[in-house]
Amino acid sequence: MTAVPVIELADVSKIYPLASGDVVALDHLSIRIERGEFVAIMGPSGSGKSTLLNQIGGLDVPTSGVLRITGKNIRKMSDENLTNLRLNAIGYIFQKFNLIPLLTAYENVEYPYILKHRCNDDTGRVSKLLADMGINRRLAEHRPAELSGGQQQRVAIARALINDPDILLCDEPTGNLDTRTGAQIMEMLKALHDQGRTVIIVTHDPSIGAQAERTIRIKDGKVEEA
Amino acid sequence: MKRKKDIILQLSVRSIRLNFLRSLLAAIGIVIGVVAISSMGMMGANMTMSVTEQLSSMANVLVVKADTGGGGGGGFMGGTSGGSSSKSSSSSKDYITISELDDIERTAGKYATVYPLYQDSDTITVGGNEGRATIYGMREDDMTTVLTVEEGTLPKTAGAVVIGPTFAERQGLTIGSRITIGDTDTNETVQKVRVVGILKEKGMSMDLNSDNAIIMPEKSFTGLYGGEEEYDQVNVIVTDIANVNTTKTTIEDQLNRKKNVVTIQDSSRMLESITSTVSTLTTFVMAIAGISLLVAATSIFNVMMMSVTERIREIGILRSIGTQKGEVLRMFIYEAVILGLVGAIIGAIMSLILGWLVVLVMVGTTKYFFTFASLIYVPVSMAIGIAICIFSGVYPAWRAANLDPIEALRSD
Repeated sequence: MTAVPVIELADVSKIYPLASGDVVALDHLSIRIERGEFVAIMGPSGSGKSTLLNQIGGLDVPTSGVLRITGKNIRKMSDENLTNLRLNAIGYIFQKFNLIPLLTAYENVEYPYILKHRCNDDTGRVSKLLADMGINRRLAEHRPAELSGGQQQRVAIARALINDPDILLCDEPTGNLDTRTGAQIMEMLKALHDQGRTVIIVTHDPSIGAQAERTIRIKDGKVEEA
Repeated sequence: MKRKKDIILQLSVRSIRLNFLRSLLAAIGIVIGVVAISSMGMMGANMTMSVTEQLSSMANVLVVKADTGGGGGGGFMGGTSGGSSSKSSSSSKDYITISELDDIERTAGKYATVYPLYQDSDTITVGGNEGRATIYGMREDDMTTVLTVEEGTLPKTAGAVVIGPTFAERQGLTIGSRITIGDTDTNETVQKVRVVGILKEKGMSMDLNSDNAIIMPEKSFTGLYGGEEEYDQVNVIVTDIANVNTTKTTIEDQLNRKKNVVTIQDSSRMLESITSTVSTLTTFVMAIAGISLLVAATSIFNVMMMSVTERIREIGILRSIGTQKGEVLRMFIYEAVILGLVGAIIGAIMSLILGWLVVLVMVGTTKYFFTFASLIYVPVSMAIGIAICIFSGVYPAWRAANLDPIEALRSD
């Protein structure tokens, strides 16, 4: 079977040109992640892990090499197409939750839906996702600032799922949470993987990395151990 | 039915609400600008209309004078300059003859009242005080039609005169007062006259400035100064204002057939010059008012830049989860438009109130306030205000849209 991998990096380099000399953040990196995998990308700070995350998340494009997300080479994409890729194919979960402070929890989840469909959600999908994440109707009317860290991260997961993305990309998803809440969030992510979703977690925490099916270690912009 | 909701607009509205005071202050700048421009504009428009109406009350008057070759005369303002210096010019005379008067009466008679006028200026003595006065000589029949007496009667006998109310007040004259006309020190003819009537106030006029003059019958005037049937001017008061131009051209065609015998002045040139003065002034004052909009623009720009800087992280989030550059741009432009709209609407309401007061104080009447030419300044200044808001919002919005999402996400 030759299924298209959700993410495929072939000889990818990212170089930041600086006056003091070029900084090589990613050095001829090659990674393949198949649909339905649960992968942890690990590495110390400065290893190039954040840079890799930005490439996979469609926020940045490599300097050289081929990076395919759901089979599409992103190096040739316009900003508009990259933005659409982020909207449709990738669900982001951030360390700092990154909900939009001006919108309620419900509206935060509905926001990407409106961007995609150009209308409000009348399918009940937003409410269902929030309920699945344990956010009730009353909580859903609150602004992010009025919610606890764990609640905010659940709302963020619901938001990441609203457009049914191919990849769930988590950047230190438990980094700002206490151990117990962090564990709950990890359970949720595992449950989502069990439902067949591709989950990629970027972390420096070995206990989080250990929960994944596969771990990719990055050091000095290279894959240390696949 | 799917409910359509512009989430981008929602974000703009909420951002403004969140920073209500700051946004309000920025909008106040626009309010002031709109009020300043529209009230100044309305003042100008009302002034123009008011002046035009005042002047059009004399637009039915044509003044016919002898063509002295001086190039048509200086109009109403410099009207007296034609008389004395003209002897040297190529044209032989500086008066209108009786036959020319007959021609004018024949051609214009059916449209207008025509009356000839003798005019001079002389030294007068009232109770030992010397001064100068304008003296008119008029045919007795014309006096009855043209003059309105406030007090006393029109002069019927030699040595009797009527005087204007301003002249009477200034010289302290009443019915029965005596005036000596002519310089007693030289060998000029001197005549003592008696005031038999004081005229009703007439106001500024082209044909006959009777308010500040002595008016005597034709015989008395020619007795003093000679020049019988050599009129200084012939006034044509057109009955229907619509016939003014026709009358003017008819007279010109009739009398100036062979050579230029007469010149005819009408009020249009004076009207033009006053209107253009008022409009220059209005433009100038509005330009000054426009500076307030420039200040407002700076303030809007500042608020927008602050809004962008404060929300860099939010912009990063929006971009990372799939918001297009154009949508971020739209979000900030909306913010500027809302500020502009709110400012312009408040400004419009206030400029109706303030403009009304300014017009009342500066022009003296609000009769023309609710006319198109006056009220048009409200939507015009609103449009300028909103345009300035959008203009000031463009750069901050562009900056927001072009932020690097990675950098933006990293900021705190």
